[in-house]
Amino acid sequence: MADAKGADDGQAMNPLVEMRNISVSFGGVRAVDDVTVDLFPGEVVGLLGHNGAGKSTLIKVLSGAYACDAGEIWIDGAVAPIHSARDARKYRIETIYQNLALADNLDACANLFLGRELESGVLLDEAAMEDATRKVMNRLNPNFQKFHAPVAALSGGQRQSVAIARAVHFNARILIMDEPTAALGVQETKMVAELIQQLKREGLGIFLISHDLHDVFDLSDRVSVMKNGKLVGTVRTADVTKDDVLGMIILGKLPTGTAQPR
Amino acid sequence: MSVTTAGASQQGMNTFRRLFARLEIDERLLGMVASLIVIWIGFHILSDGKFITPRNLYNLSTQTASVAVMTIGMVFVIVIRQIDLSVGSILGVTAMIIGVLQARWLPPLVGLGSPSIWIITVIAGILIGAFLGAINGLIIGYLGVPSFVVTLGGLLIWRGCAWWVTTGQTVAPLDQTFLLLGGGAFGTLGEWGSWIFALLAVLVIVYAAIQRRRRKLRFGFPVRPIWAEAAVVGGQCALVVAFAATMIAYEMPPGAVKQLAEIKGWVIPAEGLTVAEGIAYPVLIVIALAVAGIVVLNRTRFGRYVFAMGGNLEAADRAGVDTKRMTFWVFTLMGALCGVAAIIGSARLQSAGNSIGTLDELKVIAGAVIGGVSLSGGVGTIAGALLGAIVIQSLQSGMSLLGFDASLQNIVTGLVLVIAVFIDQLYQRRRKV
Repeated sequence: MADAKGADDGQAMNPLVEMRNISVSFGGVRAVDDVTVDLFPGEVVGLLGHNGAGKSTLIKVLSGAYACDAGEIWIDGAVAPIHSARDARKYRIETIYQNLALADNLDACANLFLGRELESGVLLDEAAMEDATRKVMNRLNPNFQKFHAPVAALSGGQRQSVAIARAVHFNARILIMDEPTAALGVQETKMVAELIQQLKREGLGIFLISHDLHDVFDLSDRVSVMKNGKLVGTVRTADVTKDDVLGMIILGKLPTGTAQPR
Repeated sequence: MSVTTAGASQQGMNTFRRLFARLEIDERLLGMVASLIVIWIGFHILSDGKFITPRNLYNLSTQTASVAVMTIGMVFVIVIRQIDLSVGSILGVTAMIIGVLQARWLPPLVGLGSPSIWIITVIAGILIGAFLGAINGLIIGYLGVPSFVVTLGGLLIWRGCAWWVTTGQTVAPLDQTFLLLGGGAFGTLGEWGSWIFALLAVLVIVYAAIQRRRRKLRFGFPVRPIWAEAAVVGGQCALVVAFAATMIAYEMPPGAVKQLAEIKGWVIPAEGLTVAEGIAYPVLIVIALAVAGIVVLNRTRFGRYVFAMGGNLEAADRAGVDTKRMTFWVFTLMGALCGVAAIIGSARLQSAGNSIGTLDELKVIAGAVIGGVSLSGGVGTIAGALLGAIVIQSLQSGMSLLGFDASLQNIVTGLVLVIAVFIDQLYQRRRKV
């Protein structure tokens, strides 16, 4: 199965991303302390932990928002220096933030191309951008019609699909999703779950970040749990129960009898 | 009974809404035009028919020009969710410097009346304004000091500097060619020039509409029905022609005609000579800058980032927009436009005094806000803001036509501003629901 492939063949092929021994400090506080996580193509890894566990900080290192004090990022088996959002983009890392990072006053099309507008001469090529937006949205969310409404007027799921469309259109290989379904209703959560399955089939590696286990457990192939800036451990969701993972989050210990994969 | 009337009027409203939706006209913009018409007719009646006359409308057009130029820049500033309180003072100090430049410094160098004087003065005015704006931009964008504070300081600093340039003396007379940029009796296109301008404007409007429609059709996007397209384009063209005709209908005052005849060596016939004024040069400058501003704001990457910054600064940052640099350039642009406004303003007054442009910041901000530029950022149009500027200027010039005190004018303008912002918030709340 495509789902299991990433994890099963993991040892054989290079991970898409490896974050090795990452540490980040703010003043005297070690927000992230010697954490190592990895991600394979076509795989979904959930990054779990309480608020303040350091998961968001860790992932912001990957997306170029923060610099790490120690550790290295490896992409496709080579060291990848990421110092800015632009660097992250170069490695085709796209982040979908919790607060969605959409400009509410702009329409879907303007948001999709924000920072990477198409131009003909010095003017924006609105028609080409709208055309591309219609194509990618048709693929992801065929019901979507509000191309000219400001995204403030869209539902949570529609906004999420605009954010995902942005990543997909620019050929993301590594997708970071912060609380991907936290703000969504049941139907919309289902829609996003289907989207994630589709992106997996296309070979993307996806980090899902959440403090809510139920938000990501069913979507993930593996989960890495963090507590107080340290990595508690990484387990395959097929090998553990939700209660095991909950124990990891709360107690900060690996469930007994579970070997760490790899 | 009352229920049915309410129902019927509601239905009427909905029909209107649908009509506007088909026409793709912003109902807010239309509301502004409607209130402007009400204001004009109101003043016309109160002043016994003196308001809607070619003469008064011509004066209104040149009076609005200087504030209108700055309003274009203020749209950019407010849309990125900043404010510039220093525009009136930047105008003041720039007007003083270019006044001294053309009246005292340049004539000994290039000769009195040399045609290079006005050109050098204009370039200097724009550069000085841009430089002062750039200082604002540096402090706000790169040092992160809130724009309210920086430009409040600038309001005092540059007004003080304006006095310092000549230690309070008013500079006059200014260069004769330079004065044409303020309108006045000779600074106009004249009859034929105005008609040619109107014709060109109509051609551009029609051409742009055709291009827009073609582009949409090529990608198979929905377009408005052809009758709606024709109605909108026809309305715009009619407005242009009506404006040109009104300006042409304003006849040059007899004194100016005599002066003109002397210069040109005409012989004035016994029954008198009528010369049409036509569209004033400062109005042409406003139109040119407005068109350029609309293109930049709506059709370029720069404008897109301006809106993105106002909508969600963090999102813009994450999308790779250099928000500090953008802030710098927006304030620099604002400053350059203050320079242009200084040129128009001092040329219209035919002198540069250190109080020139006092309280203009309030007119500019009020115009923009009345015109639908939201102080919470991310929303606004140049067309709306310019309409707002015309509303403010109409109120002021109408009230002075009626002999209202300056203090009363301020009270009314202030009230209108507060009411306009209140209506804006009602509108935004309704839209969110």
